[in-house]
Amino acid sequence: MINRLAAKAIRDNGIKMHSMISYHGMFSALLILVPVLTLILLWLVFKGPVTDSIIMNGLPDLALVGRDVGGVQLVLAEIKSVASGRIFGTPEPWKIDAAGRFLEISNTADRLLIGVVAALALVLLLFARSRVSHDFRARQGVEGIVSGLMILCSTIAVFTTIGIVVSLTYETIRFLDAVPLSEFLFGTNWEPQIPLREDQIAAEGAFGWLPVFLGTLVITVIALLVAVPVGLFSAIYLNEFAPKKMRSFVKPMLEILAGVPTIVYGFFAILVVAPAMRSFGQSIGLDVAPNTALAAGGVMGVMLIPFISSFADDALSAVPQSLRDGALALGATRGEMMTTVLFPAALPGIVGGVLLAVSRAIGETMIVVMAAGLIAKMTINPLDSVTTVTVQIVTLLIGDTSFDNPKTLAAFALGMMLFLVTLMINIFALRVVRKYREAYD
Amino acid sequence: MTDMTIGDVTPCSRSLKRVAATLKRRRRKQALLQWIGLGAISIAFITLFILISSLVSTGWQAFSQTHLTFEVFVDPAEISAARLPRGGFDDALVVSLGKLLENADMSDRDTARAVEGVLSNGAQFQLRDLVVADPSLIGQTITLKVPVADTFDQLNKGLIDRDTPEALRRVKNREIAWFDELKAQGAITKPFNLGLFVNADSRFPELAGLKGALVGSFWALLVCFLIAFPLGIGSAIYLEEFAPKNKLSDFIEVNINNLAAVPSVVFGLLALAVFIGWFGLPRSAPFVGGLTLALMTMPTIIIATRTALKAVPPSIREAALGLGASRQQVVFQHVLPLAMPGILTGTIIGLAQALGETAPLLLIGMNAFITSAASSPFDSATALPTQIFIWADSPERGFVSRTSAAILVLLGFLVMMNAVAIYLRQKFERKW
Repeated sequence: MINRLAAKAIRDNGIKMHSMISYHGMFSALLILVPVLTLILLWLVFKGPVTDSIIMNGLPDLALVGRDVGGVQLVLAEIKSVASGRIFGTPEPWKIDAAGRFLEISNTADRLLIGVVAALALVLLLFARSRVSHDFRARQGVEGIVSGLMILCSTIAVFTTIGIVVSLTYETIRFLDAVPLSEFLFGTNWEPQIPLREDQIAAEGAFGWLPVFLGTLVITVIALLVAVPVGLFSAIYLNEFAPKKMRSFVKPMLEILAGVPTIVYGFFAILVVAPAMRSFGQSIGLDVAPNTALAAGGVMGVMLIPFISSFADDALSAVPQSLRDGALALGATRGEMMTTVLFPAALPGIVGGVLLAVSRAIGETMIVVMAAGLIAKMTINPLDSVTTVTVQIVTLLIGDTSFDNPKTLAAFALGMMLFLVTLMINIFALRVVRKYREAYD
Repeated sequence: MTDMTIGDVTPCSRSLKRVAATLKRRRRKQALLQWIGLGAISIAFITLFILISSLVSTGWQAFSQTHLTFEVFVDPAEISAARLPRGGFDDALVVSLGKLLENADMSDRDTARAVEGVLSNGAQFQLRDLVVADPSLIGQTITLKVPVADTFDQLNKGLIDRDTPEALRRVKNREIAWFDELKAQGAITKPFNLGLFVNADSRFPELAGLKGALVGSFWALLVCFLIAFPLGIGSAIYLEEFAPKNKLSDFIEVNINNLAAVPSVVFGLLALAVFIGWFGLPRSAPFVGGLTLALMTMPTIIIATRTALKAVPPSIREAALGLGASRQQVVFQHVLPLAMPGILTGTIIGLAQALGETAPLLLIGMNAFITSAASSPFDSATALPTQIFIWADSPERGFVSRTSAAILVLLGFLVMMNAVAIYLRQKFERKW
């Protein structure tokens, strides 16, 4: 604002400015806002851990003797709740002391923040003000800052990927300290129950991911058996035979099917599909588990129908008109044209779509969390209950999460495998789809 | 030469005959293909229909709630102004209710307890809040409208079969008799279940509502929007308009495309390890949920924005450049406003996906049992989908219809968001 006024003053004096006055204003605003906001953000992120460590270092030594990580966190939480005025029972005096100190520190921290921010803003403001002159290139300055910000934005995606890889790798390495890699990759037992306390009698945990992986495969195969034929044939019909009106009605309806949140499908599976399958199984004398893989897989297949049909539809539409015309001119019926010309020509695109659907099915979580089982079995019987990678991740991490036992770390190891497998499929599928598109362009 | 037919003159008559002979079979094949295609589409439609109708048929019951209206004598012997907010509110309720029932022997402790069971556990708190707000009520008789317990709610809605043997039924014969007696007196009503929207979660189905979840979802989506929208647009503008074609921008593009296909549960793991484990942000907080959802929504927004930017014809850019605008002026003053409807459509669709996303929220602990609505994004809260997950896992029968109702509410929001997106698209769509 000040800069803008200053620039206006210069212009009013009849001197030609290089940049428009609003750019001078924007330049000073950006110059001040960007560092200040960054500072505040960093401050807020680091304030918590720093005050925590100051508090913990200030505690009397005997207070923390014989406590593990969880215990220490508990003490910290107690101190904070005392500090915010919620006092349960009568806490030890040192806790009240610490709470007082906590308040003090966080107050000083806040005051310090305001002071630092004000000082920084003032310095930047003076600097920006000093730059106002008739030949200062404010527009270039603004555009430089803006494009810097935009580059920063676009690297967020890279940072997210790096974050995923680093965090998963880090926790997986810690997991592999406790469980050897060979056992994890080739073990055929998955029993992640480990004793929570020293004196508890529980089965020794076993962490072989093969049965979990097998369960994932079983459900994925079932889902594809439902989704691929239905999706493919509806795409064929919509692409070639459906009247235009019907097409414009059916496509949005299929999109609705795609827009339904997966948790709704999960509830549908346990509310309707699984009981129906169970009673049908009983009526023909089959023993169907209450959380049969068939229910979870079938419902997941329904979820994937629109996915596959839209990919197949795109692939069929991408086949050049000349191929269609050629086939029809040679006397093929439209059905023959579809099965002998269009379908083979579109096959790579369709395969790419199916592969993407596979990766969706492997990574799909809520349907299987609700409808599939928890116990890992080495079975490929679709009537039995199986478990999947995602189910195990969720069940291992719901509830307690201290990051130090193999049980929670195992979830990260599974996540790592999940990420790697889906990543490979995705890269491969995207490449197939892209290559195929280029071939006809 | 007048009665010439194709059959006996043209040289290829034999092959035409062969074609004619097979034509029927070939047409049949095509018809078969068409029928299979129609069948496939109808399978998808039937499933969609079953899905919606099963949800509606179980869920509509939860939109009404059985209430009992009766006179309560706020007995000064049980409730004294000095001891507020403590007092024997439940006893006052039971005594007053017992007076309505002719053949309930209220001196028998078991009977008294059974009578108390007709009322929801929340009834005494409702009375307590009334009395605390206005202590002069003590000693008066007031008319109170309270929800009945879940079993009686189900009985009233016909979900409990009265013909099942008493031993297998959760309501006993005498309880049914009491209920019918109350109903005959006109004390039982079944109004719209406002509690479903204004109550927070509860262990008791008749009291449980979605307020906490709605508020939590609102905060999470707000955080998600505030982060993903500017970052997504900035990144898309850079990649589409300014990025040089080099390895780095290729790498960023590949990254974005892959992020869009990473399973959502992996984002949950990332949030758990980084935001909660390393940064020490609070568990169960909508803020963390919003951050996670923002990371997931960003690829969607980036891709939608780039498509919208691409759709703006080059003539606009060239005209602006020709008049001496800088490249950033072209983008921010001309291209971006024209692309805005498309960007907003994509953003809303991305947010709708985020609203239905469950798995990452489960991992960061937004499935906690929380009986009050969050007042800031840093308080513990649930979100709509995680609330559905909690209720679907609850053993009480009353939660089945609540779950369906919650799903209907969620679907309602999704339909609204998508309708807004479609409206925007159609209103501002222009052909260049």
